[in-house]
Amino acid sequence: MNTNKNSYTFIYASIVVIIVAFLLAFVSSALHSRQQRNIDLDKMKQVLASLNVRDVKDAEAAYRQYIVSEQLLAENGTVSTSTEPYAMGEKSGDKGCAFLCSTADILTQRPLFVAKVEGETKYVFPLYGNGLWGPVWGYIALNADRQTVYGVYFSHEGETPGLGAEITNYEKFQSPFAGKHVMKDGRVALSVVKNGNVKDAEFEVDGLSGATFTSKGVSEMVRKDLQAYAAFLGAGTEEVSNQ
Amino acid sequence: MEHFFSLFVRSIFVDNMIFAFFLGMCSYLAVSKNVKTALGLGVAVTFVELITLPVNYLLQTKVLGPDCLVPGVDLSFLSFILFIAVIAGIVQLVEMIVEKFSPSLYNSLGIFLPLIAVNCAIMGASLFMQQRIGLDPSNTQAITNFGDSIAYALGSGIGWGLAIVCLAAIREKMAYSDVPKPLKGLGITFITVGLMAMAFMCFSGLTI
Amino acid sequence: MSLFSKKNKEVFTAPLGKNNPVTVQVLGICSALAVTAQLKPAIVMGLSVTIIVALSNLVISLLRNTIPNRVRIIIQLVVVAALVTIVSEVLKAFAYDVSVQLSVYIGLIITNCILMGRLEAFAMSNKPWESLLDGLGNGLGYAKILVIVAFIRELFGSGCLFGYQVIPQWCYDHGYLNNGLMLMPPMALIIVGCIIWWQRAHNKDLQEQ
Repeated sequence: MNTNKNSYTFIYASIVVIIVAFLLAFVSSALHSRQQRNIDLDKMKQVLASLNVRDVKDAEAAYRQYIVSEQLLAENGTVSTSTEPYAMGEKSGDKGCAFLCSTADILTQRPLFVAKVEGETKYVFPLYGNGLWGPVWGYIALNADRQTVYGVYFSHEGETPGLGAEITNYEKFQSPFAGKHVMKDGRVALSVVKNGNVKDAEFEVDGLSGATFTSKGVSEMVRKDLQAYAAFLGAGTEEVSNQ
Repeated sequence: MEHFFSLFVRSIFVDNMIFAFFLGMCSYLAVSKNVKTALGLGVAVTFVELITLPVNYLLQTKVLGPDCLVPGVDLSFLSFILFIAVIAGIVQLVEMIVEKFSPSLYNSLGIFLPLIAVNCAIMGASLFMQQRIGLDPSNTQAITNFGDSIAYALGSGIGWGLAIVCLAAIREKMAYSDVPKPLKGLGITFITVGLMAMAFMCFSGLTI
Repeated sequence: MSLFSKKNKEVFTAPLGKNNPVTVQVLGICSALAVTAQLKPAIVMGLSVTIIVALSNLVISLLRNTIPNRVRIIIQLVVVAALVTIVSEVLKAFAYDVSVQLSVYIGLIITNCILMGRLEAFAMSNKPWESLLDGLGNGLGYAKILVIVAFIRELFGSGCLFGYQVIPQWCYDHGYLNNGLMLMPPMALIIVGCIIWWQRAHNKDLQEQ
């Protein structure tokens, strides 16, 4: 067989392309549901982490146990049940980040998770912002009074290990958020300040030493995303009904 | 315009392909023995980058993304193959152009010209671009339109070229130093690149 | 022709020592530096590369007499890209957190010089079994360097191995601090430089004149 003829080259290339395309399409569709499930489980774990439920063996069962409902929140504070299953995976790619991952997703209606931990209602909000090297995201859980923080969870894509990446460290960075107040005169006052410069301990969390940019990024993310829920946070403390 | 400029400068210094991400090391280490060939390769890489990245951006946004071609069909599993095919094709083209217009450069680059096709920096830039398409526009790294992809392509190519010319300049001088035998050549080059990378870390806090 | 003849053994063991792809052939540097901040992604990367190099060597060697010369490089790239895509999909399905950590670098295995280098240098002109051995040897040689660098970086950079605290608390209490610079990219380069230094000091014939 003359391997240098044009027709041979052409036929060979076409056959290779067809075989490869079929093989890849097959593998991709066979594994798709499993991959999607991994993404969903990861998101559930993150939401649970903000509720201080960590190291769960069965993320889905724990999620169903703690999260009472998934709601949509409009800018004016009205809550409605989402008709589409926005929960988990839709539109947010496979980065394991919150739902607000691209401009197309800056919704007039934002997600809101209603949870019950030890009989008390908690509200969880997704957060998404910029760190130094890439995106940072997380979830913040507020108590039923909508004014104080119950717990937080942060993650990142490419922050420096040992510095900015420490925002994932529970003892060092995330646990100090618990108990802080959020709003002051209608604006979000909860913030992360430069390491060692905490003046108002009711609202401010100490930043990471050596990771000023990442800390600022987290602070700005919290401010921006919670401000969008301002109407809801200031609307009193009656329980959101689950439908 | 501001975003274009800041993305461009950021990709040269802060997100430098060599010093921050280590992409394109193989040809980087091999061709950096003298400044002239290093400059030639740097320009060739920048040129290839400038053509392939915007093409891959168009492919990603118009063909491969979810619901792009046919609603409900997500072709992103084909992205590796299509990107590398585009890159290989463009490099073949560049090879032919260089051979025709500058035979001396073609000869001095030798095997490393076709090796641009497998230069991690070029494929890496396309893969990073794929990740950055979905970022929030307020992020300086975000690539939101065709112009941004050009800025990123130009910046990362120039960053790579800058790195290789700097190393070539240092190696030319080091040829006259008294380096211990086991360290000579590759060993001292690695350590030098490590020190240069440390120096470039000072750019990481830069905001434009 | 025995499967494990002396020549075949040589093909397999050379890349593990004297002909190491990273420190001697200077191939595959990119990912060797980028994923070695921790041991776990380094091992997964090393294994993935080993599997891909071995399989692609095998496939190309099987096809070597049929590939038209003009599209040789492209066919090689397509085979490699297909294998990498499959490995990437499998990782996303079965080892999600590691695949997130490795992210872009899995795709970069396609341009990993070790692959193209071995395909051109060995698989195109050798029989399938030898090519498989060569692929395995080079992959493992690469993995070996990755593990060494990651071990040093994780141990001195964060006091952990595989995420488990290894350096006991009393060291920290006595003033020992983690060397943060170890976790930064430049240290990877310097550590590899030192490994090359050590290797060449022991093998005089590897030194440059």
